[in-house]
Amino acid sequence: MRRNRYSIFSLARNAVSYHQDWSEAWRSPDPAASYDVIVAGGGGHGLATAYYLAAEHDVGRIAVLEKGWIGGGNTGRNTTIVRSNYLWDEAAHLYEKSLQLWEGLSQELNFNVMFSQRGVMNLGHTLQDMRDIYRRSNANRLNGIDSEILTPAEIKAKVPAMNVSSEARYPVLGASFQPRGGVARHDAVAWGFARAADARGVDIIQNCEVTGIRRENGAVCGVETTRGLIGARKVAVVVAGHASVLADMAELRFPVESHPLQALVSEPLKPVLDTVIMSNAVHGYVSQSDKGELVIGAGIDAYTGYGQRGSFSIIEGNVAAIVELFPVFSRVRMLRQWGGIVDVCPDACPIISKTPVKGLYFNCGWGTGGFKATPGSGWVFAHTVAQDEPHALNAAFDLERFTTGALIDEHGAAGVAH
Amino acid sequence: MSTARRLERGGLIDRSRRIHFKFNGRDYSGHPGDTLASALLAQGVRLFGRSFKYHRPRGVVGAGAEEPNALVQVGEGAYRTPNLRATQVELYEGLTARTVNGWPNLAFDIGAINNRLSRLLPAGFYYKTFMWPRFAWLRYEHHIRHAAGLGHAPSLPDPDHYDKRHAHCDVFIAGAGPAGLVAALGAARAGARVMLVDEQAQLGGSLLHAPAAIGGGSGPEWVSELEAELKSCPEVTVLTRATVSGYYDHNFLVVNERRTDHVGPGQSDSRLSRERLWRVRAKQVVIATGAIERPLVFDGNDTPGVMLASAVSTYIRRYALAPGRSGAVFTNNDSGYQAALDMVSAGMDVRAVVDAREKPGASVLAAVSAHGIPVYPGSVVPAVRSGLQGLQQIELATLSPGGDDILSHKGLVDCQVLAMSGGWSPAVHLHSQSGGRPRYDEAHACFVPGPSVQAERSAGACRGSFTLSACLHEGADAGISAAAQSGWPGGYVDIPATEEIDEAPLQALWEVPAGTLSGDGVKKFLDFQNDTTAADIRLAAREGYRSIEHVKRYTALGFGTDQGKLGNINGLAILAGALGKSPGEVGTTTFRPNYTPVTFGAVAGRTLGEQFFDPVRKTAIHAWHVRRGAEFEDVGQWKRPWFYPREGEDMHAAVNRECLATRNGVGVLDASTLGKIDIRGPDAAEFLNLLYTNNWDNLQPGRCRYGFMLGEDGMVMDDGVTSCLAPGHYLMTTTTGGAAAVMAWMERWLQTEWPYLKVYLTSVTDQWSVMSVAGPDSRTVLKAAGCDLDLDTGTFPFMSMQAGQVGGIPARVSRISFSGELAFEISVDANQGLALWQAIMTAGRDYDITPYGTEAMHVLRAEKGYVIVGQDTDGSVTPVDLGMDWIVSGKKDFIGKRSLCRSDTDRPNRKQLVGLKTEDPTRVLPEGAQLVNAPQTERPVPMIGHVSSSYYSANLGRSIALALVKGGLSRMGARIFAQLMNGSVVPATICEPVFLDPENQRAKS
Amino acid sequence: MLQIECPWCGARDQQEFQYGGEAHIVRPESPDTLTDEQWADYLFNRANSKGVHAEQWCHTAGCRRWFNVLRDTVSYAVLAVYRPGERPSGSVE
Repeated sequence: MRRNRYSIFSLARNAVSYHQDWSEAWRSPDPAASYDVIVAGGGGHGLATAYYLAAEHDVGRIAVLEKGWIGGGNTGRNTTIVRSNYLWDEAAHLYEKSLQLWEGLSQELNFNVMFSQRGVMNLGHTLQDMRDIYRRSNANRLNGIDSEILTPAEIKAKVPAMNVSSEARYPVLGASFQPRGGVARHDAVAWGFARAADARGVDIIQNCEVTGIRRENGAVCGVETTRGLIGARKVAVVVAGHASVLADMAELRFPVESHPLQALVSEPLKPVLDTVIMSNAVHGYVSQSDKGELVIGAGIDAYTGYGQRGSFSIIEGNVAAIVELFPVFSRVRMLRQWGGIVDVCPDACPIISKTPVKGLYFNCGWGTGGFKATPGSGWVFAHTVAQDEPHALNAAFDLERFTTGALIDEHGAAGVAH
Repeated sequence: MSTARRLERGGLIDRSRRIHFKFNGRDYSGHPGDTLASALLAQGVRLFGRSFKYHRPRGVVGAGAEEPNALVQVGEGAYRTPNLRATQVELYEGLTARTVNGWPNLAFDIGAINNRLSRLLPAGFYYKTFMWPRFAWLRYEHHIRHAAGLGHAPSLPDPDHYDKRHAHCDVFIAGAGPAGLVAALGAARAGARVMLVDEQAQLGGSLLHAPAAIGGGSGPEWVSELEAELKSCPEVTVLTRATVSGYYDHNFLVVNERRTDHVGPGQSDSRLSRERLWRVRAKQVVIATGAIERPLVFDGNDTPGVMLASAVSTYIRRYALAPGRSGAVFTNNDSGYQAALDMVSAGMDVRAVVDAREKPGASVLAAVSAHGIPVYPGSVVPAVRSGLQGLQQIELATLSPGGDDILSHKGLVDCQVLAMSGGWSPAVHLHSQSGGRPRYDEAHACFVPGPSVQAERSAGACRGSFTLSACLHEGADAGISAAAQSGWPGGYVDIPATEEIDEAPLQALWEVPAGTLSGDGVKKFLDFQNDTTAADIRLAAREGYRSIEHVKRYTALGFGTDQGKLGNINGLAILAGALGKSPGEVGTTTFRPNYTPVTFGAVAGRTLGEQFFDPVRKTAIHAWHVRRGAEFEDVGQWKRPWFYPREGEDMHAAVNRECLATRNGVGVLDASTLGKIDIRGPDAAEFLNLLYTNNWDNLQPGRCRYGFMLGEDGMVMDDGVTSCLAPGHYLMTTTTGGAAAVMAWMERWLQTEWPYLKVYLTSVTDQWSVMSVAGPDSRTVLKAAGCDLDLDTGTFPFMSMQAGQVGGIPARVSRISFSGELAFEISVDANQGLALWQAIMTAGRDYDITPYGTEAMHVLRAEKGYVIVGQDTDGSVTPVDLGMDWIVSGKKDFIGKRSLCRSDTDRPNRKQLVGLKTEDPTRVLPEGAQLVNAPQTERPVPMIGHVSSSYYSANLGRSIALALVKGGLSRMGARIFAQLMNGSVVPATICEPVFLDPENQRAKS
Repeated sequence: MLQIECPWCGARDQQEFQYGGEAHIVRPESPDTLTDEQWADYLFNRANSKGVHAEQWCHTAGCRRWFNVLRDTVSYAVLAVYRPGERPSGSVE
């Protein structure tokens, strides 16, 4: 496979030929009759899974099946926040692994994913918020994760646009701050993993929807798709909002519910916000993209929904929260809004697990916070699929926990998670 | 060098008045009826901004919402508003505006070096570089961020306010052009409740600049007649300066009405909101949003002076200005010819009409030729030449029959304005937002609405019907049928006579060949704001980005503030060409709200600040607390007194004083915020048995009992004391923050799971004021306050309640205690709350009665080891974990019980509630501190639990803490460590969580 | 923005209602006789249907009564509303 390596030099070289000679970032092959591993779902997590399977495990032929275009689900719809300051050890270790992968991802993939470590600030507005912040930050530090606690004055110094007045309805009493957190360019993550996986021989097959999961003697043997039957020794499902739909194909019932999650951006502005701000009590989060747009999100719509759209009242509440925190944004204008489908687990933690069907694996339930986990999720899921055993980092995130009761309740840390 | 000028006659401007304004620091003037763009154009301004990526000079392209280039920042200081389109800004006296890009100034922009380097900056270049060294991206990014962005956010809070209105209507009509107007008339005459909404200051849409006569008069005259009739109908609401920004599920529409911007900041009645967001639920919707003209795609099509043909006509006919001295037209359809006629009427020298078609329409050809304008059929403008002030010359060339190559170059034509028309794109935005999928119409080379999903229909140009008579007929049909379907038959409209010409078909021309290899550095712009070119689209396709969504994201096509209103269709057609598909196969990207940007303040509306962001709840005694100088704590929506500092006291001193006074004398707490639920019915006890972990069968009237409520997952959800008032009548108290959730929880179980239980619930939280009088002197004080009950322990034991009077006020008095002291909780009608509080303060004066806040309450209860749900529990804690097995009944079922015996939930070594004493008694651990068996510097450090509550206890003369520790209940006396945020390590010993009076003698005394 | 027909009050805006998740999940009669797996299925597993979904809503800002809705989770169209204990008219159930 001929591949351009991306660099300023290749860019200059190609400029001479007016960029006529760039090779495809990934091929568009027809599906083969069978694969050793089929990854169902061409979002960031699925592509990362395929990449790490190809790069770090010896599993034979791999295909990624995507019903639409790669990165078109939540990968391309989220607010791109990356952080690892989770409360419980299990979650903290998983997200920290992911954060460490982020830190070298552009180089590893030879694709600039624009991981921008501009810091993530989680605001506290009540005394209980501040207790929770101390608890989480203290735990983060002992887990080797960077975390600071900021006073309102320190917050104001970093974020002059924010209202930290004690007269506010829910005054800002303090914040936790993770300097290594930040944002990344969401599309680039999907494309970078796709390009790197393709370079290692993974077939990325778009417009190919899985419509059935074939089993024999309790083990998986292939998938039915809109492009025909494709054989497989192992099937790794990582389809976010549609997890229940695919689980149903294997007659499994899952503890997830799919909800609309909305986000919006403002018109582009000159730099006015240098870090990522998240608030649970005043329910919203905001950062400013490199293009200058304020990227804003909040919580899910309460009802089950596969429509990739939610209710306007959520947007209204979300925008009010942002204007409450940032009164200077009142005259700024909202450009565009959209929605995705998130599958939510009862404990706000994902499922990365084997299933009762041999050779069938599920990675789902990331709720509103999956983007940050993209590389880490792919990394542990690849291990789980290749070894038929979870990695120590995802052992706690199995389906069993809903039977034993060993939930990892991250509601406090995830909150309006994203 | 002024090339443009104001015409002496015509247009819809008021020449009798002059409005003065500033643009980029220079003084200008215009007239009422002008936009900022028209006033500047009329005074010869051609340069309106710089593009986002290459910083190329840009002029006005359009005349309305589609404008991608002329973005300005209007107003100063707190009134500064970024990124407005000059084509939509109405003039007012004293307006100040600046362009949003260009540094140090618009004419000389350093960023324009990007244009020189553009060969290095193809679509997606940033994905391919800036990766080395590994941590340098933040530094590159810093420069990219400062180069990007458009206007500046204000630096001061917004002085304006915004409001919302809710409306219901039978027929909602978006757009008041010819189709929308007759639709409104037809529906209104049927008697339907109609809303007609248009984004412009005046009704009429294209009729405001169209030349065609209608009903025997001019367009604007006909519009005035209709407007008068519509406004005379009581059930018709007409909104102007109002944009339908979004179309949501179940026929819910959001309209953004701008009410004061056109008069300027501070000029209007200050009670008037700046903008109003209408939330409309419509039975039927008529979409009549017209069409947007398409640019043609050729080298240099972004040069100032190259404009949409319809914009040229609009500036001449509506705004009465000639945009240059000389002009030309480049078109692929008949509608472009109108611009040539209009330019002639404005006294401009029209040098050429370049028509890509071999056969222009006979009527338009004749009309133009009559003025002696040369027409070049089968020809194109492959490129233009420009100077400092924009367009100077266009190149002429003939097109090959297939349209994909240049046959021969025919020389240059001098002109200052090039009016271009690539055909029309129906504004299918709202149809698409409503869930419809636009389909491709080959004949008109555009996307038109597909089948309706909601109760909506499109009429007129937004449906691909571009003639005036078609617009009128479709509009009338749509309005009449929408009214009929919403229950109002019988609408009618007499369609006025119009003059129509026979139009020849358009010939799709998605890209003008450059005559050289495509992608050779020629810049044919698709998205003017984001500098996306035709070559970028092809590059994306070559690199494997083939879905239109990938191409959009890779090239930024349509991501500007105009959201691709001009360029998206050209981009997708070029992509289709590159992929060998038809535009219909490629399809559109999703049209998302908002149609045009909406002010955040308008979306937030009034729901801001202390009053409306989330209403503040205050107890009946609140004003007293304020007078007493209390500091407050937010608990749920409530403001609760946190502590009452005296002169010179810090929090620590105040809390110590309040705690000591309560234990040694008497204190009083405003406990009104606790949730209170009145439970009645013959099955109330059975219901309580299901809700609470303990048994409620034998609670006698006049007795109180503490209970835990679990979620079905077995985790502690809420707690409180419930009293039996009478057989089948209970009063439950809940936590302050949990009240509403508990009430909803109980209702839900009753209605959906156990409807056969006869139980009725009423929230009475606000009806009662509650104060807790606590301390050894509490009984004496209560007597002094005139309590008519016998308060002796023999007749009024602990955990009982009686009704009586205190100081003449009817009251319920309970002997319950969250402080562990002898305590009486008195509940009275909230209207009497303040009176009773004052009576008690007066009665207690001799005993130095001390009001105490939530902080002292927390300390006092921690001394007793009483938990606070939500502080000592976190959704992962069972009653067993809290060492409270005694409260969990083994005999009956209750919500959450089954979960307690799952393998993980009943394993040993779960985190359990214990007390903690630091070895240094003066050291107070931070709440949230993590606990370890052995401190270590190596990470990760194994953690065994955390401190949930921690205080200095003045009564005990030392610090105390409650903590959740793995296996803690079996580790009494063990030495463990808190390893803190700052790295310090604090040794502590595990102990029973009850630090004071374990026999509970004081409360029972 | 959904509009929901409360069986007692009529059509109202979604903001007057609280969502209650999947309908017709019956609390087991004798939880202590269930295996952990069966209990977990009641507690956590949900149909999460893509398409027709039976769900509970409560008219919290109105009559405060719970009822059932059949709704399409893709189009969001409300197909039927019915009171507790009833079955939707016209449905195959």
